[in-house]
Amino acid sequence: MSDLKYTKDHEWLLAEGDEVTIGITDFAQGQLGDIVFIELPETGKECNVGDEVVVIESVKAAGGIKAYVKGTVTAVNDTLVDAPDTVNKDPMGDGWFFKMRIEGDLSGDDFLNQADYDSYLEEC
Amino acid sequence: MTSNSTLALTPLNSLHDELGAKMVPFAGYRMPVQYPTGIIKEHQHTREHAGLFDVSHMGQVLLKGRQVDSALERLVPVDIEALGKNRQTYAVFTNEQGGIMDDLIITRWNDETLFVVVNAACKEQDIAHMKNHLGDGITVEPMEGQALLALQGPTAKDVMSALAPDTRTLVFLTGCHTRIDGVECYITRSGYTGEDGFEISLPGEHADKIARLILAHEEVLPIGLGARDSLRLEVGLCLYGHDMNTETSPIEASLIWSISKSRRAGGDKEGGFPGAATVLGQIAKGVTRKRVGLSVAGRVPVREGAELVDTDGNKVGKVTSGSYGATCGAPVAMGYVSTAMSAVDTQLNAMVRDKLVPVQVAKLPFVPQRYYRG
Repeated sequence: MSDLKYTKDHEWLLAEGDEVTIGITDFAQGQLGDIVFIELPETGKECNVGDEVVVIESVKAAGGIKAYVKGTVTAVNDTLVDAPDTVNKDPMGDGWFFKMRIEGDLSGDDFLNQADYDSYLEEC
Repeated sequence: MTSNSTLALTPLNSLHDELGAKMVPFAGYRMPVQYPTGIIKEHQHTREHAGLFDVSHMGQVLLKGRQVDSALERLVPVDIEALGKNRQTYAVFTNEQGGIMDDLIITRWNDETLFVVVNAACKEQDIAHMKNHLGDGITVEPMEGQALLALQGPTAKDVMSALAPDTRTLVFLTGCHTRIDGVECYITRSGYTGEDGFEISLPGEHADKIARLILAHEEVLPIGLGARDSLRLEVGLCLYGHDMNTETSPIEASLIWSISKSRRAGGDKEGGFPGAATVLGQIAKGVTRKRVGLSVAGRVPVREGAELVDTDGNKVGKVTSGSYGATCGAPVAMGYVSTAMSAVDTQLNAMVRDKLVPVQVAKLPFVPQRYYRG
């Protein structure tokens, strides 16, 4: 069973068992504009809550993804290194950043379901 | 955008909204940073076709009076008396220390009238500076409400000549009074993208209509400030407040070409501008640091503020502009380095998020300038 959650930093997290796939939302890629550089974590990296795990640079701005949950990186989307614009084209699909095996779950207040994220977007 | 109420609006404000622009505060104005096209495609479109930029935030000022040319020479190291009618020159306002107060374009309309365009962020200061120093016989008239459009790119000439046939005979850095659809304009063959193109000064009340006429041409897309920045950076042009400021002299900024021969040591009109002793001394003796281009290995953008270190780790300078150059297909940057490290091909590193990113001093421009010189 899968479970899609969002954060107020416009990240999405898709949980399948204890493995979570992480990316940014369409709103986030639109705000960043044309993405030209992505730095991904190494597989095996152990992340604590608040660690910056991905660097994203668009033409105009630098941004990042921080870990909202403790865990270990199990896979990264290497295709983004040479084609960072994939995140602009398909942020919720081919533009995923990395997967991690998490300790804990996505049930805390930091994690919004689709309906809550949609209403949060209306304030953005 | 909560602070929009305090921002000044250009005459194209509602057009930008209609075109779906992302609007940002810039130098006190609400300006389009990009349209739905996106910065990279806007950049490429301008290099390959034609782009229309709203630069109405810039300061447009008329200087009038007898010997207005020699009066303005007191503030800039350029031979303005030698500037022919309808000809333009680039210049910098220097301060008493030889630092740069602003850069500007000066156009002679006639014997007693000069048209100057200055940066938006500096215009109040520049107007006061000119009023204080040009003398009683010269009037300084800000062109309130005047719009400024830039049409840039290799096919700009086709669009422009269809709308204003008089512009066919213009070459780079010349201008003419003409009309577009009955609206009086002053059009120059100039711009800040490195491409052939035009700047159109016209009354703000007609700017929306004229902009729409230009945009109706299939070659033309609206282009925002984001692409304007990457376009000018690729062709090695300085942005005031970033690549030059009151702490940098025109010699350090590698703008020695902008200082007329007649204003240099041994010239007919040697010196006579603020900070002349410092600037001419630097021409004679050299400078300890200078502005250079920096090509970046890999994909990571190296941005303004990044420290530059030599291969032994010694600090040698700082990046002043950096972005992704869509025509180069790579990050490009400019910065100041110690003169010993300024030779083309010198290997340096930029500090980006506490990591060393290899950069190399590069010849400017990164992309050839393609002005039309006839």
